Amino acid sequence: MEDLGIKIIGALLTVILAFTVGMTYGGIVRKLTARVQNRRGPVIWQNFLDLLKLQSKKTNIAHGFMGHMAPVWIIISAGTVLMFIPILNGNLWFPNLTFHGDLIFLLYMMVFGSLGMALGAGQTGNPNSAIGVTRGLSQMVGFEIPFVLALVALMVQYKTTSIQDIMDIQAQTGTWMMFANPFAFLAALFASLGMFRYSPFDIVGAPAELASGPVSEFGGKYLGTMMSGGSIFAFIKLTLYVDLFMGGAGFGTGILATIMGLGILLLKTFSLYMVPVFYGWISPRYRTEQAIRYFWGWPTALGVIAVIWAIF
Amino acid sequence: MTSNNKDKQTIVEYIQNWSRKHSLFVMAYGTGCGAIEIPATMTSRYDAERFGIRGAATPRQADVLLITGYLATKTLKRVIRVYEQMQDPKYVIGFGSCTINGGMYYDSYNTINALDRYIPVDVYINGCMPRPEAVISGFVQLQKQIAEGTANNAAKYKENLEWYRANQKKIIKNWRMPDYNW
Ligand code: SF4
Repeated sequence: MEDLGIKIIGALLTVILAFTVGMTYGGIVRKLTARVQNRRGPVIWQNFLDLLKLQSKKTNIAHGFMGHMAPVWIIISAGTVLMFIPILNGNLWFPNLTFHGDLIFLLYMMVFGSLGMALGAGQTGNPNSAIGVTRGLSQMVGFEIPFVLALVALMVQYKTTSIQDIMDIQAQTGTWMMFANPFAFLAALFASLGMFRYSPFDIVGAPAELASGPVSEFGGKYLGTMMSGGSIFAFIKLTLYVDLFMGGAGFGTGILATIMGLGILLLKTFSLYMVPVFYGWISPRYRTEQAIRYFWGWPTALGVIAVIWAIF
Repeated sequence: MTSNNKDKQTIVEYIQNWSRKHSLFVMAYGTGCGAIEIPATMTSRYDAERFGIRGAATPRQADVLLITGYLATKTLKRVIRVYEQMQDPKYVIGFGSCTINGGMYYDSYNTINALDRYIPVDVYINGCMPRPEAVISGFVQLQKQIAEGTANNAAKYKENLEWYRANQKKIIKNWRMPDYNW
């Protein structure tokens, strides 16, 4: 019983942590982007202000059942996926519902949010939303291939489909996956460019072109909820990458060990997050077919090499 | 609107208004020549984003409707639609002399003269055209009104809808507009 209590508190803590970190990272990126453009930029907690404002809008328009469900769907799937990601290795505070095969499970669950968004956007009937959704799904077809190839390489190399196992192997051998199978890491890194939708791959939202794409009919509380879900998803993807390729983080369950583990996790996730952001600062937007061609070029080739590397 | 309900705000309203003040999504409706000052206001020299001001591409997400200059009678219809699609609380900034009294187009056959006969305006920025400093000072003025809780023109629009509609229909002869549930 006590165990269950700790698990529930831990689950709540995890959601709060993921939300806070995701939102803050977004704010930091806005600030850094502004500094790169020689501006002063908004405050780092600007995203929280935006969210508070969106949640205190007095009227909120909905366009039917799926329009209601889309934000809920996103935030529920974000919460669910979060429970399966080991935040800190060997730490009892964070629930870690790991099981054999969770890597494959996550591959399916991670697109769940986008699917909800697609259905919700479809019901609004806005043509911009429809174009945004088709673009988003095309882009997903693009980057999922190198991403899946990278994960398959890991699964083949170590004959496991459990994230926890891969973390344990890294802890035992002392070598991060990014060195044990560099091609898989590179392929996954390229795929992450598309996942985070920063500049060359911001074809889904496409400000000034598609009027913010799928979300163009969502305002107020709907948009706020989607924003929170998106932030949690950003944290999920980063933590998954760190777990798989950079050895994860965490030393134990003690208070000091937890704080240190979180510090290391933040350091690793932030440096990983900077890759798509940096790439975004120096690139203009691709067209849809250019984006897909990009992912099916070198990243996929690297993925194939990674699988071959894993087999031999 | 009454300007002395400043001290009547509850703590929740105070926090809400504080967040509204610091996060303004702007729908810049580039109607006239004044629109050319908006890029200058948003980019590095004047950097409006440090006030939390940010562009919004669709009316559903926007808080502020920025009418930048003369408004052709044909455009008015679209502006009204955009305004009605925005979600409460919403604010309007009239930008340039043309929105105040017609400016240099005061006797033109196809522009309207006073914007606030058709939609309620919170802040006017005068000048032909106003410089980015003036635009930012207009936004700061709006932020002040929001913080004091006096920027509730959206409610005024709903209250006086008939008066506004009559004015709008005088200009827009072929009135075929969808009904909104706001
Ligand atoms: S006020 Fe002057 S600058 Fe602005 S739209 Fe009118 S004529 Fe153009």
